[in-house]
Amino acid sequence: MAQHAENAYYVPHGTKWPIIGSIGMFLMLGSAAMWLNDSAIAKWTFYGGAGILIYMLVGWFGEVIRESEDGVYNSQVDTSFRMGMLWFIFSEVMFFACFFGALFYARVFSVPWLGGEGTGAFTNEMLWQGYQNVWPTAGPAQLGGEFQTIPAFGIPFLNTLILLASGFTVTMAHHALKKNQRKALVLWLAATVALGFVFVFFQVEEYIEAYMELGLTLGSGIYGSTFFMLTGFHGMHVTLGAIMLLVIMLRCMKGHFKPDQHFGFEAVAWYWHFVDVVWLGLFIFVYVF
Amino acid sequence: MTTEHTHDTHDHAGAHASDHHDDHDHKPTGFMNRWLFTTNHKDIGTLYLVFSLIMFLIGGSMAMVIRAELFMPGLQLVEPDFFNQMTTMHALIMVFGAVMPAWVGFANWMIPLMVGAPDMALPRMNNWSFWILPFAFTMLLSTLFMDSGGPAAGWTLYPPLSLQTGQSFAFVVFAVHMMGVSSIMGSINVIATILNMRAPGMTLLRMPLFVWTWLITAFLLIAVMPVLAGAVTMLLTDHFFGTSFFNAAGGGDPVMFQHIFWFFGHPEVYIMILPAFGVVSEILPTFSRKPLFGYAAMVYATASIAFLSFIVWAHHMFSVGMPLSGELFFMYATMLIAVPTGVKVFNWVSTMWKGSMTFETPMLFAIGFVVLFTIGGLSGLMLAIASVDLQYHDTYFVVAHFHYVLVPGAVFALMAGTYYWLPKWTGNMYSEKWGKIHFWLSAISVNILFFPQHYLGLAGMPRRIPDYSTQFADFNMLSSIGGFIFGASQLIFVGVIIHCVYRSKVKATSRVWEGAKGLEWTVPSPAPYHTFDVPPPINAQTVAHADEYDH
Ligand code: HEM
Ligand SMILES: [Cu+2]
Repeated sequence: MAQHAENAYYVPHGTKWPIIGSIGMFLMLGSAAMWLNDSAIAKWTFYGGAGILIYMLVGWFGEVIRESEDGVYNSQVDTSFRMGMLWFIFSEVMFFACFFGALFYARVFSVPWLGGEGTGAFTNEMLWQGYQNVWPTAGPAQLGGEFQTIPAFGIPFLNTLILLASGFTVTMAHHALKKNQRKALVLWLAATVALGFVFVFFQVEEYIEAYMELGLTLGSGIYGSTFFMLTGFHGMHVTLGAIMLLVIMLRCMKGHFKPDQHFGFEAVAWYWHFVDVVWLGLFIFVYVF
Repeated sequence: MTTEHTHDTHDHAGAHASDHHDDHDHKPTGFMNRWLFTTNHKDIGTLYLVFSLIMFLIGGSMAMVIRAELFMPGLQLVEPDFFNQMTTMHALIMVFGAVMPAWVGFANWMIPLMVGAPDMALPRMNNWSFWILPFAFTMLLSTLFMDSGGPAAGWTLYPPLSLQTGQSFAFVVFAVHMMGVSSIMGSINVIATILNMRAPGMTLLRMPLFVWTWLITAFLLIAVMPVLAGAVTMLLTDHFFGTSFFNAAGGGDPVMFQHIFWFFGHPEVYIMILPAFGVVSEILPTFSRKPLFGYAAMVYATASIAFLSFIVWAHHMFSVGMPLSGELFFMYATMLIAVPTGVKVFNWVSTMWKGSMTFETPMLFAIGFVVLFTIGGLSGLMLAIASVDLQYHDTYFVVAHFHYVLVPGAVFALMAGTYYWLPKWTGNMYSEKWGKIHFWLSAISVNILFFPQHYLGLAGMPRRIPDYSTQFADFNMLSSIGGFIFGASQLIFVGVIIHCVYRSKVKATSRVWEGAKGLEWTVPSPAPYHTFDVPPPINAQTVAHADEYDH
């Protein structure tokens, strides 16, 4: 605990980054909305906003990293960071829970009801006569046309192995860091980053196949909706996680982190494991069943 | 314990805090440094509070438009579509712009002071949580000036109606995303502060109840704001990218949106009321000069309410055609909430029982809260009965219910808290006379405004409609008159605050209220820019309430 002034809790005096972040976010999202409303220039202001956001992130994290390297954070500050990261991951869990909830609701309730089960008998009789409760489905109106699904034990299974392997490599990197084996640390991290990007590469391949050959699109009824939203948001998280790992790797190469103090590393590792666990849920409920 | 005893400690701690601060109590100079770049929990708290007051006035003006249109049957003032925009925007602004940010403002100001922390745990992020809000609400309000007008499908954004919104649709969705980001960051900060920044000796069961209720509120926020974000994201993709989450033709279901929305929405109403419970639990003991009755029970009741709030959401959907088992489950689960809520009301009343009560403005608002919130709780219980809710649903009875819990509930508690801590924030006493006038005008008019709506609802007047059958005319006129008085009374509130900050000559003491207990009263008024750089001593004199010290 911070009992003495020399070891006081670090309270920064002023920061310009948040307001820059807000401006960037406002510009980016406002432009996105205008873009969706078919504005011609919005696309460019969107990129401008995104650029400001990235500038903010680089600047803000850069400042925090410098402070961390200068040793201004005591163990209590470290605990605050840890709590912050854990609760942030919890919020992400709930975000994915929302889309999993939509998937389960569709499979357990709405599709069976449309097919005439339970209280849905009349709906089926009057509106969608002949529609059967099946999964996968593009709904009674067969929105988006016929489609086929991605077989679970092809690329998705490979991707499962890739992500599990990356969970292993990042743990090995952590052990190396704790034993102060810097070379092994960087190598294991490099392997993790590579696996992350390979995963994303395969995911993109899979999307191309879905759109080009299988007729499976975002518009393929409830199956397409849940499939692409879940895997899409997951893929975005993997991309983000891989970029974060890359940054951590570069920091390791610059000699950052100590065997007993490396919150930044751990935070990203937690994030990576979280992304991993979400994938397992996806693999089971989106691909296999 | 004797009064002298208490004063002793406060003088000591106060002196201690001030000489510690003589050397580095520098406020940043310049407007930008002070307000735009600030990392100080007190400045950020002030920003939140001022922002929410402005939003309260904007949202309130929209309510005045609504009540003016409903003053008489027939369409006289506004177009029906604009009327719908007003109901939608009024709710969005009051919920996300007024009540929630106001509570975060209180959290910022008070939690570090109450647990003996030098600041919030993550001060930079704290700045960002606030500074997202003005941008988010600029985006939301700007939709009113678009060709399509603002959103008009109700704050619940139910599809398919909400999907017919024009241009403004994407702006609303992104504004909600921004509010969500702000709330989540704010909550993470609150949790980290409470769990990690307490002064040594400030154990969990010695924390003020306001801190406890915010801890639980923050948990609720982190759990449900992402779900709302997901829900509006699905609306967005259904609207623009051809997904079928809420489209039966594609195998989805509009009712699914309602489930997801209310999974967020019901905890959301507790997000707005739990900190109110906390504030009232601070104020009643002070002016009853008695310890809070059943402190631990209050903590457990709050936690139970929070838990139950996750499993009652579909009581908003009794008439939507759920399976019978669903109706029954959600009916009984909802009724269960009355138990911990009853515990709370019982404890508040018992706290006042045989106390030597005085009735300063904060106390008046707190007592008003206990009485009028309970009325709202009881109408909630009526709505919880699935079979009769089929009649009440989407009528003015529901409007009366949630306005009783939100206006003389959450908003009265906000006002009680403002009057209670304003001297601590500003160092000046507000005008007790005008505070009391504000209270009595508000308390009387709020009942004229909302009580008749119960009868309107029972008689079948639907909500969110600009015109009505002539049989509802008298009660609507009465309600509107109450509304105008209530609206005007809030200008007194603004006046009292401005007077207190800039004009008041009466200086506040550190303790401010004779019966006040807790760490925040051990520092001078106004609270120095930096407090508790050195953790304060925690003992029977500095702890607000804890069962172990009460006996
Ligand atoms: C004893 C506790 C409570 C019970 C049993 C209860 C029950 C209910 C029920 C059953 C409804 C749905 C009515 C309908 O639409 O037909 C409802 C609506 C509502 N309640 Fe409560 N409630 C309680 C407390 C609260 C509190 C504390 C708040 C907020 C501070 C609140 C805010 C609302 C709101 C905003 C709505 C309407 C939302 C909308 O449709 O726009 N309630 N309540
Ligand atoms: Cu509810």
